[in-house]
Amino acid sequence: MPKISVVAKDGTVFEIQAEPGTSVMENAVRNSVPGIEAECGGACACATCHVYVDEAWQEKVGLPGPIEADMLDFAYDVRPASRLSCQIKVADGLDGLVVLVPERQS
Amino acid sequence: MRDEPIDPHARIVVIGAGQAGFTACTKLRDLGHQGPITLIGEEAHPPYQRPPLSKGYLLGEITEDRLYFRPLSFYEERSIDLRLSSIASAIDRDRKVVALADGNVIAYDRLILTTGARPRTLPATIGGNLDGVFCVRNLADINAMAERFLEGRRVLIVGGGYIGLEAAAVSAKLGLRVTVIEAALRILQRVACPETAAYFRALHDEKGVTLLEGAALEALEGDDGHVRSARLVGGSVVPVDFVIAGVGVVPNVELAEAAGLTIDNGIAVDETCRTSDPDIYAAGDCASFPWRTGRIRLESVGNAIEQAEAVARSLTGTISHYDAKPWFWSDQYDVKLQIAGLSAGYDNVATRVGSAGGMSYWYYRGKELLAVDAMNEPRVYMVAKRLIEAGRSPSAAVVSDPATELKALLS
Repeated sequence: MPKISVVAKDGTVFEIQAEPGTSVMENAVRNSVPGIEAECGGACACATCHVYVDEAWQEKVGLPGPIEADMLDFAYDVRPASRLSCQIKVADGLDGLVVLVPERQS
Repeated sequence: MRDEPIDPHARIVVIGAGQAGFTACTKLRDLGHQGPITLIGEEAHPPYQRPPLSKGYLLGEITEDRLYFRPLSFYEERSIDLRLSSIASAIDRDRKVVALADGNVIAYDRLILTTGARPRTLPATIGGNLDGVFCVRNLADINAMAERFLEGRRVLIVGGGYIGLEAAAVSAKLGLRVTVIEAALRILQRVACPETAAYFRALHDEKGVTLLEGAALEALEGDDGHVRSARLVGGSVVPVDFVIAGVGVVPNVELAEAAGLTIDNGIAVDETCRTSDPDIYAAGDCASFPWRTGRIRLESVGNAIEQAEAVARSLTGTISHYDAKPWFWSDQYDVKLQIAGLSAGYDNVATRVGSAGGMSYWYYRGKELLAVDAMNEPRVYMVAKRLIEAGRSPSAAVVSDPATELKALLS
């Protein structure tokens, strides 16, 4: 199973064995990573699961889809590395992925 | 407003293990509450998300375990005493105990009621108890109907609200023959403007769903106890293989009512989420709370989370005033509807046509912006939500003008 790392805003690193096909958000929530609210549960409806993708992984993770990009546009402190973690699907090719939780969600 | 924090070792009991109950418990721990927390849930499953039930879960896109908020081990780790398959049968406010149906009794210093709501069912006198009649609320409801979702089957959906329309969308996607009947003159009558209703009517028409408006059910008829057809008022008969009722929910207030708490379209709470008993709080679908000049009850995940967090903050003595920011969403086919605000009381609607096939309807009372329905328009939704929360009302002419750059309205 791919291993992903979610870095909380206080620097704590959550290393998670993640099932392929699940979203990064689901894994972060199940492991109680603080700062990922995900109120809509992954429907891309609320923009409260914003993360920054570590530079080394940006190309592999890819760009947000159109709806996600529009939602992200209104998230707090958006950067080029921003994604909604509910829209990043874990896959074998993402073994080692690192994402960072922003200061706050909105 | 600041409340006296409770003793950090106080015993807290939470009745109802849905979104609000789960959130209250986890937030209390996050805020440092150290005393015992007991979470009582009637269902056998660990607390889970309901919104995907009528969407991705019914479509078979998500497995059951992915609906769970947390694995069971989480509750042990956070010292949350999760009592599943457990029914609270009475609250004794004098002795400050909750009696369970299995005979156990749990003492509390503070009690939180997150008992949720239950679907309105079709009466047995019109065939509501026939085999093959389902509603959409719990995992068990969906699991029971899932095997009927076979291509070519005929499903009748009673009720053209969001739950009914989501069920219709899933059914059509899976190749069923779908009829929706709505007793009111149009779908979404209670919750949306005629323009939004027309948008979804056209969408379902295009997908081959038969939508009958102003069509009231007279009775379901069956043989061998299984539903076979629906007779509508006026005499027409619709043959069916199974039926899904989406005719609204009623708040679960009975426990609170029997305990003598004030009920007013739900368990009445004040702005700090307290019921008429200062040691008892309520949150989520079951609770009605002050809003502007009146009192409302919201049936939504967003409200369940925010209100439950407000309860936890109230108990731990941090800022406790609950300021509702209503929002909702619905997924049907490839359309994502996002709703900001509450439209009740609107008297005019402005239309904004989006550039890439999106559409939004803006509800006003006079010049005051109340709510926005945004279809495949996430940017509109995000802007509208902020405008409404800030109490700002750009004019209908401005929002209708496609040349208006929405983001500029926020500055």
